[in-house]
Amino acid sequence: MGRTYNIIKYLCLLAWATFVVFPFLWALSTSFKDANAVTSGARYIPWLEFEPSVEGWTSLFASGSRGINIVTPFMNSASVTLLASIVSLGLGTLAAYGLSRFSYKAGFIKNSDITFFFISQRIMPPIVLAIPFFLMLKEIQALDTIFGLVIVYVALLLPIAVWVMTDFFASIPKELDEMAMIDGCTPIGAFFRVVLPNSTAGLVVAGMFCLIFGWNDFFFAFILTFTETQLLPVAIVSLNSSVTPWWSLSAFALISVTPLALIAIVVERFMSRGSLAGAFR
Amino acid sequence: MLKSKHFFLLPALLTLAAIILFPLIFTVRVSFSSWDVYQAGLDYIGGRNYARLMEDTRFWESLFRLSGMSFITVTLQYVLGFALALAVWKDMAGGRFFRILFLVPMMTTPVVMSVIWRTVFHESLGPANDILSMVGIGPVPWLSSAAGAFISVVIVEVWQWTPFMFLLLLAGLVSLPREPYLAAAIDGASPARTFWQVTFPLMAPISIGAIIIRLIEASKIMDTVYVMTSGGPGTATETPSYYIYIRGLREFQVGYSAALSLAYLVLMIIILTIIAKLLMRFLVGKDD
Repeated sequence: MGRTYNIIKYLCLLAWATFVVFPFLWALSTSFKDANAVTSGARYIPWLEFEPSVEGWTSLFASGSRGINIVTPFMNSASVTLLASIVSLGLGTLAAYGLSRFSYKAGFIKNSDITFFFISQRIMPPIVLAIPFFLMLKEIQALDTIFGLVIVYVALLLPIAVWVMTDFFASIPKELDEMAMIDGCTPIGAFFRVVLPNSTAGLVVAGMFCLIFGWNDFFFAFILTFTETQLLPVAIVSLNSSVTPWWSLSAFALISVTPLALIAIVVERFMSRGSLAGAFR
Repeated sequence: MLKSKHFFLLPALLTLAAIILFPLIFTVRVSFSSWDVYQAGLDYIGGRNYARLMEDTRFWESLFRLSGMSFITVTLQYVLGFALALAVWKDMAGGRFFRILFLVPMMTTPVVMSVIWRTVFHESLGPANDILSMVGIGPVPWLSSAAGAFISVVIVEVWQWTPFMFLLLLAGLVSLPREPYLAAAIDGASPARTFWQVTFPLMAPISIGAIIIRLIEASKIMDTVYVMTSGGPGTATETPSYYIYIRGLREFQVGYSAALSLAYLVLMIIILTIIAKLLMRFLVGKDD
């Protein structure tokens, strides 16, 4: 029984794995096609079914009218995502530590209400905030700038950082900071000298989630930028709505998803060690 | 003491409040105005936008469509994610490879992958119909028929977000206590019985958390729809977010779209709260 069960299990896993990699393989194959190979129906294997061409890849770095610039949007995406993640992680970690160690009270508002206020921002559909954000950034002349996008992305990522870090700090024994304070540290000193150095696991997990949600956002970048500060997702969608050269499109897509796909390796490591469990209660 | 505890909380709280509160208050105010493409400005027209919304069948249809879509996609994601997590939970050959691979889709940008999926579902040049034709299934009008477009969006959503369920559920499985399993093994319980009597109840809290998070995210769906179908054909895959986007940012009916988005937000909060309570009652057997 065990043997048949195992065979069936591996077959199912392979089936799902095929489904998962299929769009990537299809994009990889398409990125080496030319117009001829694309318009003659679905082809999969280079050399055997079509003559490969590197135009899809070279067009991304070529200049002039035939070229599609991928470098600028890539750098823009990287800057916005990194800046917003760092700010969110910094502010979020401090707030999460505060919420897990001290009690705050303002009228009927208590710690749990403040935590809920942070996390509940995830419920907000982006469309609700789109128009006011547009007008607000216009007012401070931050439309179509990296600075403007970072402001908006901090609102998007801060709730994630607070959420993951609150649960993480709840799992760190309070004795740790109490010991430090007995040794003469102020609460702030205890946090920076003792708690923070022991929080790498939580910071990595929270940081990864900030990077994922920042890098992958499309809607706000789409609404709040035009031509100066184009991010990757916006650039690819505008490419899609023009003539649609499938080969460039596929190469572009592969370049823009690869950096984050590699994060999966790190996430798996934390998951298997059980370090993620505390973060999702 | 008073000072240092505020040093921790206030920067984040004030930042978030500053970024979020103005837009929210502004939206409430705008929803009572007739601000549109002809006349920008904050006049006051009472609840006329809300009255119009009550009779806007296109909005209500998009809400029903969203409910159906969310229910189908989240159910599929939960069942598939749980099955996959159970399959690779215990040590096995190639386990690490599968675990990493299964996480990859959630790391990829939804719009970017939707652009690729659009080529996959292309009716004459895409591989979806090509593969189906090998087993004798005629060309499926993936993106040009109402049912086809709906199914395409569901497939892409399941591909993209089953990994999220898989991640949370596997993280939960890894941290389960061992004692109940020893007890079940001593009692000689079958694998199926062990699952329903031990694993499933122990996983109930994390299941509820994962389902709620996915429902929240699914209720905001917009990127995939925008790229794959633009809400079409007709309005066959139009979700509330996309409909409000058309009213607000294509037709510049700023006042009306503000009313729509607030109604949408409030309805989402009410419905999700009810679902959360019901899930708690059925899966954990207690209130709250």
